[in-house]
Amino acid sequence: MRTPRSYQTQAITIKQIKLGEVDKILTIYTPEFGKLKAVAKGACRPGSKLGGNVEPLTYSLMMLARGRNLDIVTQSQTIDGFLVLKNNLWYTSCGLYVLELIDSFTVENNENPLLFDLLLDTLRRLCQADSSEIVLRYFELHFLHHLGYRPQLHRCVICNSPPLPTVNFFSYSQGGILCSRCSEKEGEPRPLSVDALKTLRLWQDCDYATARRVKVKPALSSQLRQVMHGYIEYLLQREVKSMAWLEELRGS
Amino acid sequence: MISCKPVANLVEAFSKLPGIGPKSAQRLAYYLLRRPDEEGRNLAGAILALKEKIGLCSVCFNITDCDPCLICQDEERDRSKICVVERPSDIPPLERTGKYRGVYHVLHGTVSPAQGIGPAELKTEQLLYRLRDSSVAEVILATNPNLEGETTAMYLRRMILPLGIHITRLARGLPFGADLEYADDMTLGQALEGRQEF
Ligand SMILES: [Zn+2]
Ligand SMILES: [Zn+2]
Repeated sequence: MRTPRSYQTQAITIKQIKLGEVDKILTIYTPEFGKLKAVAKGACRPGSKLGGNVEPLTYSLMMLARGRNLDIVTQSQTIDGFLVLKNNLWYTSCGLYVLELIDSFTVENNENPLLFDLLLDTLRRLCQADSSEIVLRYFELHFLHHLGYRPQLHRCVICNSPPLPTVNFFSYSQGGILCSRCSEKEGEPRPLSVDALKTLRLWQDCDYATARRVKVKPALSSQLRQVMHGYIEYLLQREVKSMAWLEELRGS
Repeated sequence: MISCKPVANLVEAFSKLPGIGPKSAQRLAYYLLRRPDEEGRNLAGAILALKEKIGLCSVCFNITDCDPCLICQDEERDRSKICVVERPSDIPPLERTGKYRGVYHVLHGTVSPAQGIGPAELKTEQLLYRLRDSSVAEVILATNPNLEGETTAMYLRRMILPLGIHITRLARGLPFGADLEYADDMTLGQALEGRQEF
């Protein structure tokens, strides 16, 4: 089947870089094509019809035309600019972190509509000023699931025994929990408290409406953050840069 | 393929400049070849001077060939106002408006979390130092009205707020020649919020 010369898609802009004086190369995430790169001609000109409609953290309806290398964005209309999020430093930064994860873990032209929905839902949740820590952990767990890295939290990944009601361990390399016996054979497993394991398991298995009702104390929250961040950076084999920025904001 | 080495070198150097493709680079190189020797020497001299003589002002971090820069030296300028911009190239357009008589502070970039650029990579600490030290009454945040410029402005606001200095942001809204129908929500929303008596 011949692909049409122009097409329409929903898109969330995840990144943009300047191309020459007035154009931009956008990285967008779409339900039908996954991640795409496209050119927004003249987007840097004041008064451009694309301008703010193709800024990162914007959900829009785009018309694209097939180009020789990259497709060209001919029109873009904002569906949701997530303005509540953009007016707040912390929530903007959380949004940028989510975008960086999507960009780092996905390849172009690999459709994943569930991941698109998760991204959109996550940005909307950040606008509702819900607990950002829960929004982010819920995103991370389900994001990993959609990409095939769902951590095994129900049974020891080596001997398949159920976790004990004491401290268990999380292994980045095995992608799941270890019982204390198996953890001795593993290099550097991270201890995971019973509460942390229960919380992660609940969030992994339930819908968001249930997840957001969980009350998480600060100490537990930081433990959950550390284990998820450690696992994500292990999978990526490099650091996620906006994680450091979130840490800096938490501290200041 | 250009067989003459000096021409090939120049073409390569030109094509690294922003907005110049291989064809324009070639045209420029052959153009210079046809021009009198002196013209080439002047251009080469100007480029050398750019790198050798120009540094950053130790007060505002604008590019300058004297320190402090001419704006910081100027007794007529109002030192109680500091306008914070992303790059040195943002200053000339603001100066051309003729409406600003305060001084500047150049950040040399924006906070870009995904590129690993935080406040430590910018001249933010130097700005806060200036603000703590002097009798500044107003800080005008003139970073670009895009996501990175906004993030940077929000961060600076958070750091400056405890100092009790009046913080303003360049008005945002519709650019001249814009069309309401095509304006994005953010721009239109800000244009509404910032509407003025007419
Ligand atoms: Zn085991
Ligand atoms: Zn100066």
